This record gives sequence, structure tokens and C-alpha cells, in this order.
Amino acid sequence: MRRLLAIVLGGFAAGIAQPAFAQSGSLTLPKAVEAGAAFSIAIAGSGKATLYIAGPGQVLERQVDLGQTVAFPVGTLYNAGRYVVILEESPAPETGEFDVVPEKSVAKLSFLARPSRLPVGLHDGVTGAVYAFDAYKNLIVGPTPVSFELSGPSGAAQKRTVVTKYGAAWTEFDSTARQGADQFVAETGPASTRRVISQVPGDPCGLTMTAKRDGKQVQLQTAPIRDCSGNPVPDGEVVTFTASYGDDQSTADVPIKGGIAKIDMPIHDGALVSVASGVVMGNQIRWEK
Amino acid sequence: MNKGRLLAAALVIATVVFIVIGTVKPIPSAAAYAGGQNLLPSSSTPEEAVRNLGDEISVRDWGKAYASLANKTQFSEDEFEHDLTGYYPSLRTDATLNSFEVRPLHATENDAEMRLTLHWATVLGIYDSTRDLHVIRAGDRWEPEWPLYKRPAVPPQVIPVNYLRWDVIYPGPGDDWGVQGVEAPHVRIVDMRPVQRAEGVVILGELLNDDVVPAYVSVTATLQSKTGKALATEDSFDKISHVLLPKQVTPFLIDFPDATLSSVGSIRMTPFSTLVPASADPVIEIDNAHLNPAPNASLSGQLINESGQIVNVAHVLGTFYDKSGQVVWIADEYTDRALLPQTPEAFLIHIPEDLARRVSSQRTVVASFEYGGVL
Repeated sequence: MRRLLAIVLGGFAAGIAQPAFAQSGSLTLPKAVEAGAAFSIAIAGSGKATLYIAGPGQVLERQVDLGQTVAFPVGTLYNAGRYVVILEESPAPETGEFDVVPEKSVAKLSFLARPSRLPVGLHDGVTGAVYAFDAYKNLIVGPTPVSFELSGPSGAAQKRTVVTKYGAAWTEFDSTARQGADQFVAETGPASTRRVISQVPGDPCGLTMTAKRDGKQVQLQTAPIRDCSGNPVPDGEVVTFTASYGDDQSTADVPIKGGIAKIDMPIHDGALVSVASGVVMGNQIRWEK
Repeated sequence: MNKGRLLAAALVIATVVFIVIGTVKPIPSAAAYAGGQNLLPSSSTPEEAVRNLGDEISVRDWGKAYASLANKTQFSEDEFEHDLTGYYPSLRTDATLNSFEVRPLHATENDAEMRLTLHWATVLGIYDSTRDLHVIRAGDRWEPEWPLYKRPAVPPQVIPVNYLRWDVIYPGPGDDWGVQGVEAPHVRIVDMRPVQRAEGVVILGELLNDDVVPAYVSVTATLQSKTGKALATEDSFDKISHVLLPKQVTPFLIDFPDATLSSVGSIRMTPFSTLVPASADPVIEIDNAHLNPAPNASLSGQLINESGQIVNVAHVLGTFYDKSGQVVWIADEYTDRALLPQTPEAFLIHIPEDLARRVSSQRTVVASFEYGGVL
């Protein structure tokens, strides 16, 4: 919102000054000033006048003595953009303009890492995009090399350096075969930002169960459930047990607990028992006493 | 002037006459609201006796209804009331009796069998409960015997529950722009089929939570004409199990009343998902699910609550497939009684007669709702 206001104010100031755009001979302006840096404006002539500087989100007013140099200390102008200078004097005002440009050094990286959670072994599954800002939150539009690094739980890292274009840089990495929390770091100079990407197991692979009598019921229990990369499927995922006998069917959605899914069900002799998780089918058992 | 006075006098006289008639011989309903004694017709026939009982239940006059029963010595008034309103908070608790029907089944000189069908109005729509009453003659009156639904006795026990529970922490309002949020769960439509029915177009399908976190889900569909113009947009409303645990599948049904499939060029499906706190407990087993053929085609079975907590309302969704495994229909039912731990509770889902012969298999899922506490 502040930036929008700054742009609107700056545009408005530039607009109203446009008809009198010619540089006055009495004002000596810098061509460009780095955001937050000290600068000065030399003013020829004699007597007193009022100096206005208007730019994105900032307006200064100074009473000045003509024929002297007006110094502005560090931190006076910090929003990057075009500034209009107006010297209010008799008989007519003098105008000029100069640019405030972002600092060259990156102070902050806005880092968007997507997604926050994805399955293992996905090609180009992880995307990182950065926007480089100086200490005054101006977007640094000049080319700046940014180093991206995605390191998995095993320590192996994927690295890439990308040069920003118009203030932004982005890259893609594959998710690794190991589940766990990946560290995704974007870095340039002293600025570094870290995100955590959660790599989760894929679909169950080789889902199998066993059945054994437990009193009046039958205990159905899966083997430890893993994905095709060998990662244990997390607790909470639902495994569906189905027992079909003639036209009757009994089912139960059972969350995995401790790496396995287990339930006691009343099952008829001769019933066909199957196990599945999501769209993945497991083995089938014909239950006989 | 004279005509005006005459009219005023006539009105006064008529008012007085009506007041006298209403006081001396009130209609039964007016007498009932006034707290009079001659509220209901006499119980001189079995049907009248059951109808009186229905009237008393509809005004929740449990005392009078209980007093009219022939077998009241077999149970208490509290048991009778809780039989109708539920022993635990459930759909029955806040239900009101919308209407009822009495149908004679069999009668002799001294006893009769009557069927009482109660149409209850609940927040989830109408549900019916049917009781077959034995009615006996007691002098010049008839008295119904109430077939009490006994409160299931759950043996005192401790059931350890250590299923997973998920909580969610979202980014705070003070966090910087671009700071990492939490990804919405990845969900996937694994089956979808539009069907033309007499009442309009129905979209049937199944949705999978493909993620490792629980999801609140819904599905929106937009019918588009052959020129790509949007004709109508609807969502699955309650014909879906909204909370899906990881790798859980729910059916969904989206209704487009009055739409015709022939005018539809394409359908845009939009699944929605968001992270929600959830618990993997309770586990509800569907036992002895059985497809009953037409007439009165249905899916019947029992729900068994495998956990230690009471499930106040269970939403049972049945997906029906043909021989090739294609979805033919989706129907649902809410249980009107709470599911007690380890206690079977019957369910019955009706299947449209014209589709029943095509149904070859089914898959049932249950969504559970708890609001805790006992009455």
C-alpha cells in the first residue's frame, strides 16, 4: 500500500512538473543518488528561496540561501524512483529532476519456495523464486547472482547460481529419494533466506497383509508399509480392509499406526479378504479356518 | 347511519355467540392448547389408540404418552422418552415429529397389530422410524404396547487410543510477505461420470486425498454448453465425506436440477481442499454390507464403532458400481442414533429402482461427527 501511494504521489509530482521540465541554469543536480546516501545540490544566484524535492513517498521542503550548496545527510532520500526538484524564487520557479537508485548490496531476499510438501523422487518438483531488496526495501533491478542450494536429510545437496533479471531469479530442483525435511537456501552476499521443504513418502509399494484368528474375530495386519523408494509410509494414512463373502461385504478404513495397519474383523470362512490404500491394491487372502 | 349501527350490533352479537360456542364446545385442538382434559378422541379402536399416542409424541407429552401404554410397567418413563429422543446426543435429540401414519396390520376382537411410521424433521432433513405396535383391549379402551429399543449395555472398560492427530499452525499476520505457508492437501478426482436422470443431470465421482495430511474437501462442477458458455455451477454440498484422512477416498454427487445432458458440451470439475486439524480416531467398521435387490432395493449393513468414544452422528455414503466397475449411483444416509463403542448399529440406504439391477458391487464410507456429553 505504501509503495502504491509512493508511486501515485511520485507520478503526480512528475506530472504537474512536466510543463516546466527544462533544467534551470541555477540548479546543479546529481544525475543519480543511491538510496539513503548523502548528496548535495548547488544553487547559483543570490538571496533566499524555497527548495522542494518530491518523489515516491517523500517530499522535502528547505529554505535555502542562493549561491550556496545545500547538503542532504545520509538517509534523507531512500525510496528509489524519479524525484522532481522545484526552486521557488522570484520571478519564476526553477525545476529539475534526478533519480534515486537502489543500493547495490542486497540486504534482504524475499524467497518463495513451493511446494512446502511434496512426494519423494519428483522431477523439477521444487521451485524457488527470489526477489532482491536493498536495506530500504527497494527492488534491486540490476543483475545480481543468487545461489540456490537444496540439501536433503542425507546431506547431499543440489546447487545452482542464477543471476537476477529485473530483480527476480528462480530455479527448479528434483525432490530426492529420501523422505524428511530438506533445507532450501537462497543466498547472495550477506543476505540469506532459508525455507524447509518436507519430502514425504509416495504411494505404498508391495502392500501385503496376513490374517490370523483372534478369538471370535480375525486379526488382519499389514506388513510394515513402505513406498517404492523404501521410505516408511507415515502413520495416519488410511488402509482399507475388505472382506467379501457371497453378497455380503465388510470394510474398514484403518489408519496406519506404528508403520502397520491392523484390525480385528468378524470374517466368515471362505471369505475373500483384500487390502488397499488409496488407488494401490495389496494382496488377497481366502480365509479358511 | 342506521345501517352502520345495525352492522355494529350484528358484529357484537356474532362475536358473543362464537365465544359462547367456543367455550361450551371447543374443537379438540383448541382444547388441547388451552390445557383442557378432552384433548383427544377416545381410544375406542386400536387405530385411535395408536393415533392418540402419535399425537402425544408429536407434542412431546411424554408423561401422557407413557401413561397410555399397556406395558408401561416394563420400563420407566425416562427410558420411553430416551427411546424416542436418543440416550446420547444424536439426530433424534433435536428432532421434531413432522407427521405420522398409522396402518393396521392385523386385528382380532381383543388385540391388534398396528404399524406406526413417524416422520421426524431434523437439521439434516426428514427421517422415518417405523414401529410395529401390539394393541390390546382393556375394557372399553384399547392400549398400545410400546416395543422399547433397549439401551445397549457397553461393559465398563478402558480403551487406549493412540491414533494420530494433526494440528495446523498457519502463518501469523505479522509474518513477512513471501514467508512459507502450509501447502493445501493434494487431492485428485479418480472417477467422474455425468448421468441424466428425470430430475436433471447428476455428476457422480470419487475423490482421493493423495497427500499425507488430512484435508477438508469439496467438489464444484460447472456445466458448459457446446460453445463453452457456463450453464450452471453446483457443488457436492453434503453428498460427500468432507474430511478425508491421507489416502482416503470419498464418493461425491453433484445435482443439476432441470439440466439436460444433451445441451452440455463439457464439464469443468474443480476439487477444493484445505488443511484442517483432524484425528484418525474413531475407526468405524462397516459390517455385513449387503445389496438387497428390487423391489425396495437397498444397501443394508451395520456400523461398528471400534473406538472408545461415542459417535453422535454417522454419515454413511454408498457408492454403487456396475459389473465393469463404473460408478452407477451414490446415495447416503445419516444414522439417527449415536454409535456406542463396539455396538452394531444398522443402516439402510435406498437405491433407485431403475438402477438397482445394474448394481453389481458397492463401496461404503462413513464420516463421523461428535458433539460430546450425555443427556
